[in-house]
Formats: sequence, C-alpha cells, structure tokens
Amino acid sequence: MTTLPGLVGFDEALETFDPVMGLEVHVELDTATKMFCGCPTGFGAKPNTQVCPVCLGLPGALPVVNGAAVQSAIRIGLALNCSIAPWCRFARKNYFYPDMPKNFQTSQYDEPIAYDGFTEVDVDGDVFRVEIERAHMEEDTGKSLHVGGATGRIHGAVHSLLDYNRAGVPLIEIVTKPIEGAGARAAQVARAYVAHLRELLLSLGVSDVRMEQGSMRCDVNLSLRPVGQQTFGTRTETKNVNSLRSVERAIRFEVSRQAGVLGAGAAIVQETRHFHEDTGETTAGRVKTDAEDYRYFPEPDLTPIEATADWVEELRATLPEAPRVRRARLQQAWGASDLEMRDIVGAGALILVEQTVAAGSSPQAARKWWLSELTRRANETGVDVSELAITPADVAGIQAMVDAGRINDKLARGVFDGVLAGEGTPQEVVAARGLEVVSDDAALGAAVDRAIAASPDVADKIRAGKVAAAGALIGAVMKEMRGQADAGRVRELILSRLT
Amino acid sequence: MSVSDDPALSRDDVAYLAGLARIDLTDAELDHLAPQLGVILDSVAVVGEVADADIPPMSHAVPTSNVFRADEVRPGLTHEEALSGAPQEEQQRFSVPRILTEEA
Amino acid sequence: MSSEDDLTRLSATELAERLAAGDTTSVQATQAHLDRIADVDGNVHAFLHVDVDGALEQADAVDRRRADGELLHPLAGVPIAVKDLLATKGMPTTCGSRMLEGWIPPYDATVVERLRAAGLPILGKTNMDEFAMGSSTEHSAYGPTRNPWNLGRIPGGSGGGSAAAVAAYEAPLAIGTDTGGSIRQPGAVTGTVGVKPTYGGVSRYGLVALASSLDQAGPVTRTVRDAALLHDLIGGHDPRDSTSIDAPVPPVLDALDGDLTGLRVGVVTELGGEGYQPGVRARFEESLELLTKAGAEIVEVSCPSFTKALAAYYLILPSEASSNLARFDAMRFGLRVGPEGVDAPSAEQVMAATRAAGFGSEVKRRIILGTYALSSGYYDAYYGSAQKVRTLISREFDAAFGRTDVLVSPTTPTTAFEFGAKLDDPLAMYLNDVATIPANLAGVPGLSLPIGLADEDGLPSGLQVLAPAMADDRLYRVGSVLERLLEEQWGGPLLGRAPELASSTGVGR
Repeated sequence: MTTLPGLVGFDEALETFDPVMGLEVHVELDTATKMFCGCPTGFGAKPNTQVCPVCLGLPGALPVVNGAAVQSAIRIGLALNCSIAPWCRFARKNYFYPDMPKNFQTSQYDEPIAYDGFTEVDVDGDVFRVEIERAHMEEDTGKSLHVGGATGRIHGAVHSLLDYNRAGVPLIEIVTKPIEGAGARAAQVARAYVAHLRELLLSLGVSDVRMEQGSMRCDVNLSLRPVGQQTFGTRTETKNVNSLRSVERAIRFEVSRQAGVLGAGAAIVQETRHFHEDTGETTAGRVKTDAEDYRYFPEPDLTPIEATADWVEELRATLPEAPRVRRARLQQAWGASDLEMRDIVGAGALILVEQTVAAGSSPQAARKWWLSELTRRANETGVDVSELAITPADVAGIQAMVDAGRINDKLARGVFDGVLAGEGTPQEVVAARGLEVVSDDAALGAAVDRAIAASPDVADKIRAGKVAAAGALIGAVMKEMRGQADAGRVRELILSRLT
Repeated sequence: MSVSDDPALSRDDVAYLAGLARIDLTDAELDHLAPQLGVILDSVAVVGEVADADIPPMSHAVPTSNVFRADEVRPGLTHEEALSGAPQEEQQRFSVPRILTEEA
Repeated sequence: MSSEDDLTRLSATELAERLAAGDTTSVQATQAHLDRIADVDGNVHAFLHVDVDGALEQADAVDRRRADGELLHPLAGVPIAVKDLLATKGMPTTCGSRMLEGWIPPYDATVVERLRAAGLPILGKTNMDEFAMGSSTEHSAYGPTRNPWNLGRIPGGSGGGSAAAVAAYEAPLAIGTDTGGSIRQPGAVTGTVGVKPTYGGVSRYGLVALASSLDQAGPVTRTVRDAALLHDLIGGHDPRDSTSIDAPVPPVLDALDGDLTGLRVGVVTELGGEGYQPGVRARFEESLELLTKAGAEIVEVSCPSFTKALAAYYLILPSEASSNLARFDAMRFGLRVGPEGVDAPSAEQVMAATRAAGFGSEVKRRIILGTYALSSGYYDAYYGSAQKVRTLISREFDAAFGRTDVLVSPTTPTTAFEFGAKLDDPLAMYLNDVATIPANLAGVPGLSLPIGLADEDGLPSGLQVLAPAMADDRLYRVGSVLERLLEEQWGGPLLGRAPELASSTGVGR
C-alpha cells in the first residue's frame, strides 16, 4: 500500500478516533424471473436477450410483482429478526441514468417490508450485535460497458454500451443502523458481518451471494468521531467493494485517510468514493453539487403488499436453523474444538467445509485443505477463499485419492495447482500431469535397486542394522520418482532387500 | 440550491427544475414559463387548505393488495425487437454517448 | 349516395348485423371507410397514420374466418380506429409527439390484442394532444384535428382524433383514453358517445402512461349500444396490469334499454351553474325532464370537495406524468438530437437537448410543474395534499351514491371553442375538464352522450352520466334510454344534423 501524504496509521488513528460504520448490502435474488416481469435472470446470456417491454421501460409497459421475490424478502427480514410491515408499498426513486430504462427505480422508500432487526456476528470468538435498520425490495439496473477510456471505467470513455439483461433482477437492500463500539476491530467486524450475512442468505437459499459475480454488493459507510464524543462525524460512502477482503481493506484505508484529514484540521467531504482492488485505496467520485432530489412517491402501477400474520408465520416456519445453532451442530458433528471452529468461520470457509464433508471428505481433511493450502493460495492471489476456482466436490475428490493411496499430500498440491489453473477435474489433472503415485512394485523395486547400487556404503550400513540410514535411499528413490511414490512402501522394499 | 419558499416560481427556480427534469429550456421559455407556472400554482395551492391531517392520502382508486405473478419465465423480446428503436447500436447493445456522472 | 357512403353511415351494430347476415364483407366495409378517410381526412385530420394494406389484410382474414364457419365476436369485421397513445406492433405510435416520430413498438397493447383477436380491422392511429395532455388536440405536434361540425373549431382533447373520426364517419368505432375527460369531453363537443370505464376496468398495458392512477382506455362511438359492445370486448382483467380489476366486465349489454322507473338520478350542484354556457345548461335541463318522464327521480346532491378537484388533478397528473415521461431520454428509442454546436456531447447533454426538442410546450409545462410538486419540501403541500383531496372526493361520491343510483351533469361547460381561443391561457384550457375530472380522481365510470345543439352556436353539447365503481352497466342503462328518447324527438341521431364534409384532396397532413 502506497503511503499518501496525510494518511495516519490504522492503529494510531484508533487511539484518537472512534469509527462508526454503516453497511449497505445489495443482494440479487436467485428467482427464476425478474422482479416485475417474466424475463429470465440467468447469468451470462448474450446482451439484450433477456428483456421485454417491461424491463426495457418501453412506453406503455407495466410492472407486475414477482411473488417469490416478496417471499424471499420476508424470509430475509425474519432471519434478521426484523419486524415485517403488515402493509407496505413500492415507491419510485426518480433520477436519470442510462442503465435505468425508466429513469426511475421501483424501490421502497418510507415503507420497507422489513425493519428494526438485528443479527449476532461472531468476531474472533466474541458475539457482536449488529442492528439492522431495514431490508427492502428494489430492482437492479442494466450493465454498461464504457468504451474508449484507458481503464474501461467511466472516466475518459468515449461512449457506452448498454445491456439490459440485468435490468429488473430482484434486489434486496439490507441496511444496518450505525455500527458503533467496534473500535480497533472495526475492519474485522465489518468483514465478519458481511461474511455472516452471506452465510445467512445461503442458508435461506435466496441467492448465490457471489460477490465476485455481483450477486452480492457492499457499500461501506464510515465516519470518525473523537473518542468519547457522541455525535457522529461526517461520513463517506465507498462503493466497488467486491469481496470480504475488500470490505476489511476499505475500512482500514478510510479510517487512515479520514484520521489524516481530521488530524490536519480539515473537514471530511461527504461524498461517494470508489475502492480500488489493486491499491487498496479509495478515491473520490465526482463531487455532487446538490444531493440528488429523488422525488419519491408511491408507485401507482403496483398495489400494496399485505404481509398478513398468517403468511408471515407460514414463512417463519420455513426458516433454516439460526447460524449459531447450525455452527454448534456442525462443531459437534465434526468433533472440532472452539478454536478450530473459530478459524474456519474466520476464514469464511464454514460453508465450504460443510459442503466438502457432504461430498464425502472427513471433517479433518476438509478443514485441513481449506484452512491451510487453499487459504494460503487465496491470500496470495488476493481473493476470498470462496472465490477460488475449485469446488468442495473437487476438494473431497482430491482427499479421496489421497485416502486411496493414489496420490500423496505433496502430489495433491500439484492437483490443486491444476484445478485452480482450470485444467479440469482432479482426475483429469492427475492423468494429464501424470501425478499418480506409482504403486507398481516392479517399477518401484527397480528404482530401489538403482538407489542401492548408487550408494553401496549406505546399503552396507543398513545391512549392518542401521535402519535409520534408509532415509537417504528413500530420498533418492523419491527424487527419481519425482515424489510419485509412497514413501512407506519404498522403505519396505529397501528393507526387504537389505535386511 | 433548492426552490425558493415564495409560492410563485422564479426564473431560477424553473431553471433548477428543468435541470432535474433534464430539459434544456431556452431563455424565452424560461421567461414565459415562470409566471405561467406561478399562476397555476397559486390556484392549485387550494389543496393545501385541506388541513385535516386525519385524511389518509389515496394513491389507488381501486383498493386491492398482493397482486403477484408466479416466478415463471414468460416469452420476451428478441434482441432485434429490443434494439429495433435504438438510435444507435453496437455489439448487440444500446450505444449511448459518454456518461458524465458516476453511477448512483 | 353511393353504397360506400351507406356503409360508413351505419352504426357498428348495424354493420355487424350486415356482416353476420352476409350482406356485406369486412373488406367492403373497411374499403368504404378507407375511401371516406381519403376523401375527408385532408380537412379533418383525425388520423396520423392510416394502415391501408394492414386493415384490408385483417379484413380479408376475418372474412375467411367467417366463411370457414368460425364462431366470431359480434363486432368481428367492423373496422376501428385507435388513439395514437396505444402501442400497436408494427404500426407507428407517436402519442402526438415529435419524441416518438416514427417509433414502431415491438409489441401490442392488451386492448389492441383483444381487437385483433376479435377480428376488428385497425384502420389507423388517431390524432391527440401530445402525450394526452390537453383538451383541444391543439397540442399535437402534427397539427390539430378539426371538429367535423365546424372545421374552425376544436374537436376536444386529448382524444380529438378518435371522436372526430367517428363523427366524420371515417370509422364506426374508435378507442380513446381518458385521464381527466379525454374521451368524454371530445364526445360532448363532437356529438358522439364516449365512455370512461371504472379505473381498472380496461387494461392499461400498452397505454403510454400519462397519469398512472387516472388513465383508462374506453370506447368512442356514435351510439350507446356500440359503446357497450366495444366496452364488453376490451374490458376485463389483464394479469399484465396490476391495477386491472379481477372480476368480469359489468353487464353492460344487458343494461341496454332498461327500465328507468324509480331510478334516483343525482344532479351535482358543483358541476353546473356559473361558467356553464346557457345553451349547454338548457339542453341539460331538457334531458332531466326526459329522464323524469321515463320514471326517474331527480335529486340534488352537493359534493363540496369537487370544487377542489381541478386543483388536485393538476397536481397529481403532472407529478405522475413527470415520472412517466422520464423514460424519453434518447437512449433506447425515439428522438435523439444533440445540443447545437457541441462536438461529442455527453449523454446528459443529449438527453436534455432531445427532451427540449421532442416535447411541446404543454408537456414541458406539466413536467416542470410535476417535478416541483414532488420535490423535497413541497411533496406534503402539493402532491401529498392532492392525494388527500382525492380521498375526500371519493368519499363524497360514496355518500352521493348512497342516495342516488347515478349522477349527471353537463359533460363540459361550453361547446367547441375556436382554435387558438384558449392556447395562451393554460388555466382557461384546464377548466374544460372541470366536470369530467372528479370521476378520474375517484376512479368511477362515466359516459357522455349528445343531448342537443346549443342555441348560441348550433354546436353539440353532452350530458355526463356517472356511476359507482364497477357499476358501469348503469351508465348504459341511463344512456341508452335517454338516447332513444332524444332521437325520437329529433327524428334521428344528432349527428345527422352535422354539415356534410367537403371532399379534400388527400389523407393526413
């Protein structure tokens, strides 16, 4: 991280300032169709092939609410311990932007479907309660490709190309109340909250919450106030925070930056900032001269939503077990210690381990691979462990091959390399790279014979009873076999010849 | 800058609103429009006399609720149909001039 | 008169009977109307687009279906004109605006789908005030439509084209839309019948939205019976319109020629009196006498909030319209122009320049007004309060209908005025709608039928019947009886007294 003039170190900043955070998470629901029309929502279709007059905002088109999206919204609200509004409406948020076909977003304003909730987040073994302001329904925008600029971003672009496949996809926006009292752990709390929310949403089955694909987006709001002060400072909003790691880094950077500004006696500009993955820094977006006046009014084309008590209870009964309950159950099933569970959760790997076990691996092996090998690789490439191009089924498959003696741990690393590089399934990688352990005794025996012949003095020592000296010969054989041998068997073969 | 408190709209007020509504008004239009709007607003200020806070606002003539559709795919437009009105098209997408403001 | 004239002088009902009996074909009927359009529309300018080939193709297709013995809708084969506010696939839909010049929608409005399915050939699209904002069709970007009774006078608005087309025998039927009177008021000033169904009674899917909570499509015809047939065809639930009523169309056909004995007819004090032309009032009083003779009981009712209806309307409509019209931004369809003298303008600049060039002055006026009424700090005083007035109006209708079965009033305060008479005075223009607006605010249905010519100017005036929400049938019960009684007095339809239109050299502009 480059040191900009004026940045104050994170820890130093926290001696003087108390961070207050607000997290806004947008979740794309995985319903089959869009929020207000019957267009499919699948990812990756050719441009403008999943559109209709409604989501294209053509003159005369009218919205009709997707009942499944409302159900998901209520369930999300219940999972976040929110009150569900017995009666609420959609509202129009009016502003002009080319990715919004109607130039208003059909959203909810002062009547969100869920409000005043909370959720309890595990942060390094402690429970941190995050208050939830609201969860409401809205629709996603189209996607723009900016052409002609250097970075593909909007600055310097000559023109833009719009694809409306994503316009109208159901979104749930979840907004926290100001998160206070996190202090020095602010960055971790923010990350843990977002990870926890991901887990919750996955367990509800309402979204595939893949931050790298944009089905879960996070905006990070931060302000600083002098330690001990009650009133909030001026906050900034940071967008383009596309992974759990980025949440943490964005908070850390903003704290440092704002502390630097305030420390120098200047004021924080209330603005929207952009997070840069490569540098870990935030930069100012265009300063808005006026706060945009969205001219909200109730959507006249839609009818109110009445979440009756019966309906809400029906949906409450469909909720999965609460995360803490689930974790306790998994911990018991896996025979893991508190520390081990904490490590798994902290790495954002709980679901991955769970799915790997479901695919046939032992809990210990699943934990081992995700927390050591894969977490290391994730850190090296700067992504979340869930973003790696390897599935729990793959990991279970690799462990299965180790268990069967077809590969060993060392060779397994090569298999991970291959799978992550996109070379295919574990089996395909083993075959293509020739990573299988040689189990043919004749071949092994021949290698053993060559090693013995190459080191007659070591062989003599072994014949004389110094069994430990076999290590050097094992090493030689393993080297010749390029690690593709079971060391134990090699030892047996050596000893059977010499003792 | 927001609209002034005086019920009559000033020329500047109208210019601000035209900006919000993304319409380039000419000077002549601005001159012409402000007094016209003022006259209209004066007469429609009549509604403000409905002082009774107990009256619920009505946003729908027909009282219904929970009008939903099933989460089932319905035929939409082909991309040719979707792009048929496009002033400009490129790579099967709508081509628009460079956008100045950041995404909201 | 040639046989073609005969066909165009028939009501839709009469034409339908001849088609069913095999006395004529849809192709003949459609051709006759196309000929009439070619003959007189140069003067009337009711049509913005005439689909000669398409209409004849559709007519031919219906004739074949009939020849195959298929069971057809009663109106099958009867040609119809459609207001240019409804999306028609493959046919231009301009909404009377430069913004949509040449725009060809890739889809049909539900109403249009129903017309096509029933086999009514669509003659073309009719002229209107731009985006349905107006009461005279003078705000069309393509030039006004002229009242067939007097070509120097307005045909009403915003649906002047549909009413004029029907009054000029260019079409036996037309579809209009009514947000504050845009079907009923043109009906009154052209001597034709116009109906605004209960809000939600006819699908709005495919109607380019003006004020979403007020808009309704409805029939424009020469007789009450024709309107009932068309109402029955286009009405009914549409799952693509969340505000459409999930119930059968009210029994409008059964209500025709019903008995009015004991019917309680309310005259609304606030919808009459000062500001209403004496000749209009005179014809209205005479109609009340006819209703009494038919057995009805006339009752005076007072609805004080109706005096605030205009004000509420002129806040609600622009507010909703300012939002509905935001989509016209040069990005995906419609007009695109850049600001003059700017190389490589931004999207924002193109939007603002296009909207300046594409929208006319009335539309701009209302968008600015609506933007203001919704803006922060003003919402409560303007839009918010207007919605409260709406509740009051709705309650007063409920109370009035507690004592009456229908309400009546003159449809408009005056007969057709001259072109240009009210263009410089928007408020004066808005007053044309003072009697029709309350129904839109409350969502109740209304019908206008011609009740005579005003003495001062010999121009038509109309009577408006209003009924409770979902009781559209009552409109037809009263309307059909009054129509019969009046025509007995006149010795034929009022339109028979309209001057014969001179031939013009071409169609359209």
